[in-house]
Amino acid sequence: MRRLLLDGLLHRPLTEPPPVPDDAALAELTQALARAARRRLGRSLSLRLVDAGSCNACELELNALGNPYYDLDRFGIRFVASPRHADMLLVTGPVTRNMAEALRRTYDAMPAPKWVVAVGGCAIDGGCFARSPAVLGGVHQALPVDLTIPGCPPSPTALLRGLLALLEQADAGKMEKT
Amino acid sequence: MTQLDDLIQSGSRIECHGPWPRVVVDRPAWEAAGAALAAGELTLLGLWGETETVHMAVGETGRLAVLSLPCPDRRYPSIGRAHPPALRLERAARDLYGLVPEGSPDTRPWLIHADPYPFLEAEGPGLHQIAVGPVHAGIIEPGHFRFAANGETIVRLEARLGYTHKGVEALMAGATVEAAAQIAGRVSGDSTVAYAWAFVQAVETALGLKSPPRAIQLRALMAELERLANHLNDIGFVCNDAAFGLLHAHFAALREGVLRAADTAFGHRLMRDLIVPGGVSKDLAAPGKEAIAAAVAAIRRQWPLLVEIYDDTASLQDRTVGTGIVKTGLARQDGAGGYVGRAAGRNFDARAAFPYAPYDKLRFDVPVREEGDVDARVRIRIAEAEQSLSLIDQLLAGLPDGPLYAPLPAANGPAEGMALVEAFRGDVLAWVRLNADGTVARCHLRDASWFQWPLVEAAIEGNIVADFPLCNKSFNCAYSGVDL
Repeated sequence: MRRLLLDGLLHRPLTEPPPVPDDAALAELTQALARAARRRLGRSLSLRLVDAGSCNACELELNALGNPYYDLDRFGIRFVASPRHADMLLVTGPVTRNMAEALRRTYDAMPAPKWVVAVGGCAIDGGCFARSPAVLGGVHQALPVDLTIPGCPPSPTALLRGLLALLEQADAGKMEKT
Repeated sequence: MTQLDDLIQSGSRIECHGPWPRVVVDRPAWEAAGAALAAGELTLLGLWGETETVHMAVGETGRLAVLSLPCPDRRYPSIGRAHPPALRLERAARDLYGLVPEGSPDTRPWLIHADPYPFLEAEGPGLHQIAVGPVHAGIIEPGHFRFAANGETIVRLEARLGYTHKGVEALMAGATVEAAAQIAGRVSGDSTVAYAWAFVQAVETALGLKSPPRAIQLRALMAELERLANHLNDIGFVCNDAAFGLLHAHFAALREGVLRAADTAFGHRLMRDLIVPGGVSKDLAAPGKEAIAAAVAAIRRQWPLLVEIYDDTASLQDRTVGTGIVKTGLARQDGAGGYVGRAAGRNFDARAAFPYAPYDKLRFDVPVREEGDVDARVRIRIAEAEQSLSLIDQLLAGLPDGPLYAPLPAANGPAEGMALVEAFRGDVLAWVRLNADGTVARCHLRDASWFQWPLVEAAIEGNIVADFPLCNKSFNCAYSGVDL
């Protein structure tokens, strides 16, 4: 283990720093995200995820946000264990009938102001499950949605870009909530 | 004559079904199959319903058959009554098709939720219940776990699933095979390649179509990349749940490398919607090959050191060794596939047990261990990831030229097909019946986790509550995959 730790000290971290030369889009995104998050939320944004019936692909990419390449924590954005600690609810999946109540209860448990983000195609409009009677067909059927992040699933970069868009809207005062 | 032969002989064979036989049986034969399952002479591979018929896939070494029992009165003798692994499948078939398993000890609904849900009871002095979920603390799928505990010690765990039930089977009925393949690829996102492959292989078998060699090879390449990425993810997360973040970070980085290589090679990190009926929709070009080779090389460079740390870290071993033991007998009875079965002495891998192209021509080992604990499930994944690296080498080196796609022939009457494809979690069974116009009449997809979830409940008994997340992660059973 000593060798691995030493390697970690001697080598550049895997984390793609805000100005990544070979990935300008991500660099732009991460820098702007850091600025916006600091202004609005004192550099901290707490996210809570509810899987409302997704196939789990969206969860894989949300989890990837925590890996050393994206390292979401460095922006002050983190996933929290309880909705009572969350500013923002991320919802994946087409909202199954079996998850609708748990989703509403999670939302109700969050303190205001709060935002809801529909993550992935299923959460936006039900995706390929939309016509199933077992699903409501999109998060907007259950909760007020502030932002959508499309993709099947959205890549970690797309997720970062989406969170940024929401923060910028919040900064511009377009989505004041009580 | 084996037990399976007797059953096949006793029924009338459906000619349009392949590659394994499907026979229509009567009630005595159905009940005989149930008795053979209970006696351990046969293994249950699936049980599903449709209007007025119930089907059951049973196997013995290297062979399997589907038994179909017509039940115009929508009642059939319960298999779960004598063979508990069938219980949840019977409950699901009842919810979806109204077929009543006569004599079943468990008549509670499964996929269709209606409160209140009576959990199994545990009684005794000092017992208390802990209810967890469906919304969990981490970024995971929804399910409810009801623990009966005495202090720290778990006396009984019962899982309640079905929260992500999306009506997959009803959506597939009537869909074109292309649309149904997309739905199949969304049954369980982490196994999107394996599910799409299982579905299209069943369709192609039904239609008597062989997809081109290059397409088959690329399917396997995607499947091994998927297996590798998931195993890396799981090993890291088990370490994380044992509070050892260092390995989690390193395995997560290696996994990200695989996903990025998949993105470069096929244009999608999880390789979704690339396997289509008749072939694959995207070719592998030189930059993709290089990206995959580079990701494989990066893993090989780091691998010995990371495995050594897993081996040598006492605080980690202390959590994983001896935790959540699955007994071999139970794994056999349940027909548990994947690393769950193989970590508990059940040597079953669909790639080897029912070889399908191109695995019939590839060299790989099926690692098996006997311990059945969290550690064994991690070590099986480590060994399987190594096998996947070797398979990726072989697949890249032997990639044949040629077309990517063969047009689907017309169905010309009833056509039924079946496939058993090894996902990272275990075998996915796909069964499909096509209409004469080529659309899907009925499709059933059975995840490996149907036979793994009950083992989570068995394995956790006597462990402490704090070890449940670790234990559960070492199984990493499907939620969406079994909720359908």
